[in-house]
Amino acid sequence: MDKAVIEVAGLSKSYNGKPAVAEVGFRVAAGETVALLGANGAGKTTTISMLLGLLLPSAGSVRILGEDMVRHRHRVLGRMNFSSPYVDLPRRLTVRQNLTVFAMLYGVPAPRRRVAQLVEDLELRPFLTQRSGSLSAGQKTRVSLAKALINAPDVLLLDEPTASLDPDSGDWVRGYLEDYQRRSGAAILLASHNMAEVERLCDQVLMMRAGRIVDRGSPSALLQRYGRARLEDVFLDVARARRRDDPDRPGAAAE
Amino acid sequence: MTVLQAQPPAWSRGASARRIAAMVLRHLYLLRSSWPRIFELMYWPTIQMILWGFITLFLATTSSYIAEAAGVLISAVLLWDVLFRGQLGFSLSFLEEVWSRNLGNLCVSPLKTGEFLTALMVMSLLRTLLGILPAAGLAIVFYEVSVFEMGLALIAFFANLLVMGWAIGMFVAALILRVGQGAENVAWLAIFLIAPISAIYYPVAVLPDWLQFIAWGLPTAVVFEGMRAVLIEGVFSLPLLLRAILLNLLYLGLGAAAFFYSFQVARRRGLLLQIGE
Repeated sequence: MDKAVIEVAGLSKSYNGKPAVAEVGFRVAAGETVALLGANGAGKTTTISMLLGLLLPSAGSVRILGEDMVRHRHRVLGRMNFSSPYVDLPRRLTVRQNLTVFAMLYGVPAPRRRVAQLVEDLELRPFLTQRSGSLSAGQKTRVSLAKALINAPDVLLLDEPTASLDPDSGDWVRGYLEDYQRRSGAAILLASHNMAEVERLCDQVLMMRAGRIVDRGSPSALLQRYGRARLEDVFLDVARARRRDDPDRPGAAAE
Repeated sequence: MTVLQAQPPAWSRGASARRIAAMVLRHLYLLRSSWPRIFELMYWPTIQMILWGFITLFLATTSSYIAEAAGVLISAVLLWDVLFRGQLGFSLSFLEEVWSRNLGNLCVSPLKTGEFLTALMVMSLLRTLLGILPAAGLAIVFYEVSVFEMGLALIAFFANLLVMGWAIGMFVAALILRVGQGAENVAWLAIFLIAPISAIYYPVAVLPDWLQFIAWGLPTAVVFEGMRAVLIEGVFSLPLLLRAILLNLLYLGLGAAAFFYSFQVARRRGLLLQIGE
């Protein structure tokens, strides 16, 4: 029997009566990686924000590690972490200073040792004493990932973890995440536009459109269901609201 | 499907001195990395003190009031700067998180809102001491005026003005959370709204009757009246001190309530990730 680390039920958020996320529900087990996939504005970041407790839902519930994230999020925040392109680390602080501060904030028992370990694991040494604001996009992503892993979280939420990375750096980050999950058994929820990343990392994919989960399944199951060879085509089908049985889908007449 | 139960570590219960220390360290790193920031902290209080020192020297030749208590204006300007620097120290430390788009990281860390506010208060105290102490020292050298001669009364005045600065800082931070970074100028302006009725350089009695009523509702006016009582009459007024403390508790409570309310509104409207962009 698998253990649900993240439990989301009937999650909705509206702004002035306009729904941004509607009736979203899913579960993520320990050791599982789940992707939220959808076009811009599909509701991925809104969903992740509600999971983190940054945003209060209009309806529904989020339980992480058994705790209600609206009422008792501080009981589990120390066992979670996240990384997002929408937030930065203080730019005038060096990489080492930032990691030390966050290690203390997360109550890491031996902050120096943990920072040193992440510096080695994520190859941060060449720019450890540089100010965070002066780093390249790839270096920033690594530091952001180091911050997200500073407390060795049981639940990791990643919003576009490899956005703006070159293929080599992106591949390196994906490899590291795979390795981390293997070692820690963490549950990972990620929002991404990178289909190769989703295929490689994820056990389950939640397809979102207009704030709703419109389809779900493993990458291979989705490929089969939509009759596609690439997840990118499935993404386009969903984003453009076309299913395999849609006669307007390009190429449908020829099939 | 079973649910994995959370086992909150001991440090996640109650307030954590370590998390507060982490936030203070974050701001000390920032100060240490920027000498213009440190210079700016000391610059204005020192310039103000020098300016009012010369005004005092001039007025002492024409006014018996100033001649009797030569240090009253310089002490007033230094204590006013405690309020101003205290408020600015709180507000700017908050704004640093907004400017660096770090609020999102902090809000999803185990740092609690009360701990965050406490760290801002500690930083406000440190910034204020850093700004005021050199000016107070130079006042002794240049004008032979020592605010330290007020003794324990000085600590009472300093603490009350600092706390009022925190209360105003909380209102400013609450406003920034509600309306965004566009309101950041309020951090510099807010304090001057109460300056005319804080009786810094003149007694409350100078104000029109209806303004006197408002002034006595501010801890600042009460403190400056207390300061004049010490410097001119040589009397420390305990009732004034108690009044200032009670008023400060009220304003601090209102400021904290405003901040917590704005924080909840920001969580409802999804502003925590957007602020600073």
